[in-house]
Amino acid sequence: MILQALVDGVFTGAIISLGAIGLSLTLQIMRFANFAHAEFMTLGGYLALAIVWMIGPGSPTLGLTFGWQLLVAALLASALAGLMAWGLDLLVFRPLRRQGAASLVLVFAAFGAALVLRHVLVLIWGHESYFYTRELQMGVMIMPGMRVMPDQVFILALAVLLMVVLHLFLTFHRTGIAMRAMAESPALSQVCGIRVDSVMRTTWIISGFMAAMAGVFSALTPQLHPELGSNMLLSVFAAAIFGGVGSLPGAVLGGLLVGISENLFLLVADPGYKPAMPFLLLLAVLCLRPQGLLGERSS
Amino acid sequence: MSAPASSTQGAQDAAVLRVHELVAGYVKGMPIVKGASLQVGAGELVAIIGPNGAGKSTLMKAIAGLVTAESGQIALRSASLLGLSPDQIMRAGLGFVPQTGNVFATLTIHENLRVGGYLLGAELTQRLERAYTMFPALAAKRRDKARTLSGGQRQMLAIARALMTDPSVLMLDEPSAGLAPMMVQEVFESLHRLSRQGVSVLMVEQNAKGALQHSDRAYILVEGGNHLEGPAQALLHDPAVGAAFLGQGRRREAA
Repeated sequence: MILQALVDGVFTGAIISLGAIGLSLTLQIMRFANFAHAEFMTLGGYLALAIVWMIGPGSPTLGLTFGWQLLVAALLASALAGLMAWGLDLLVFRPLRRQGAASLVLVFAAFGAALVLRHVLVLIWGHESYFYTRELQMGVMIMPGMRVMPDQVFILALAVLLMVVLHLFLTFHRTGIAMRAMAESPALSQVCGIRVDSVMRTTWIISGFMAAMAGVFSALTPQLHPELGSNMLLSVFAAAIFGGVGSLPGAVLGGLLVGISENLFLLVADPGYKPAMPFLLLLAVLCLRPQGLLGERSS
Repeated sequence: MSAPASSTQGAQDAAVLRVHELVAGYVKGMPIVKGASLQVGAGELVAIIGPNGAGKSTLMKAIAGLVTAESGQIALRSASLLGLSPDQIMRAGLGFVPQTGNVFATLTIHENLRVGGYLLGAELTQRLERAYTMFPALAAKRRDKARTLSGGQRQMLAIARALMTDPSVLMLDEPSAGLAPMMVQEVFESLHRLSRQGVSVLMVEQNAKGALQHSDRAYILVEGGNHLEGPAQALLHDPAVGAAFLGQGRRREAA
């Protein structure tokens, strides 16, 4: 039982991590808590659904319930969601920034944007749940008391790949280093000739992309519904703050810990209490280590 | 008591940076810099000194585009910098070392220098090598976070970072602030050396005496406007300057 909860925790944790990475980046670089972030997970799920309706999920390969078409749909949908995240910035947040709006104003604007996004999706697709494919999948027994589905393994591998690529980008690429510079000091970054707007654009696109991938993964295991993102919002926030805002390894670690503890919690408590778990974790971290597990103070 | 020295006339012709009657502040209608003017010639080391609250730092930030200028002129070579964003001003050829937070503490030394060379293309590699040759202490710690540097090393990194783009003018806001006395001397000397190598340097200093000892010319700013200007040596030995600004008689060393 515990073994199974741990494995399930790692899988949900990987999805939460992907969401937390983008949230952590926007928190640091835009300097406000983007409550619309989770809606880009939902949006990614629906965009992928639209593409799957056009090209099909593909025939099952390698024990998965889908073929390469779904992977293409996921990448395409996430790229679109990234661009839409940037579009939301141009439409809502940038005009507010230009007026010198306080970060609390941006937070409330994000709440508004989240509601609009979610309800536009409901208007188009309704309240019912969707599946990318009708294929059923049985868990494979890895060892006694531990079942894993091939789809989950695929998701975990792809999530790890995305994290590694992003880590390399942030460590070695000129724009990635500029993003980290902006996260620490916008004023000094500008003095180095960095254009704030272009770094922000890259940040929105990356965080929207990562969120949408998380959304597709979540919809794949097992279903897509309009509350997919908002149900995960707290977990994602807890993971970002847990790991230390601005730290990519921190967001990954935070996501895994939140995912595992949520699943372990289910062993001892009624599922109704599940939403309370991220809160408890968050409280504990903020009391013991306010900068997060891997967060660093700049001075 | 305004006494524009005749020696500035020569600098005017070859001025790299020219600021004329600049009015600037954080809140519109409440300027902190009230009509300051200055020039920096090629290869010149120019200091701006003055009491606390005279608007020295605000003047620098206005030149760098971090504070909006309300009126007046700022020109680098012959291009006006007025109304440009900080990144555009840096592209135009200005290097700026702010007083606080002048390095990225969470980035490594190497990453700091790469951000300094953000605007560079293929010449980046060669400029990085040049920076490490100029400041060997940084080369030894290139993989370390800037947070681990001592105060003096931080200042060296900040200067090396600002020099990455070969700026026409290097501006520094209180380069000696918070440094140990020995390091203060070293920073002033390295700035002097840079200016002899042809880099035009403009610095704001609270440590008026140290700044005057190492500069070519200086401006004394009081209440946002020019109070006195002239060759640094002349100001250093001017009894009026000594009493009012160098704290002679009652020791008032800046931190």
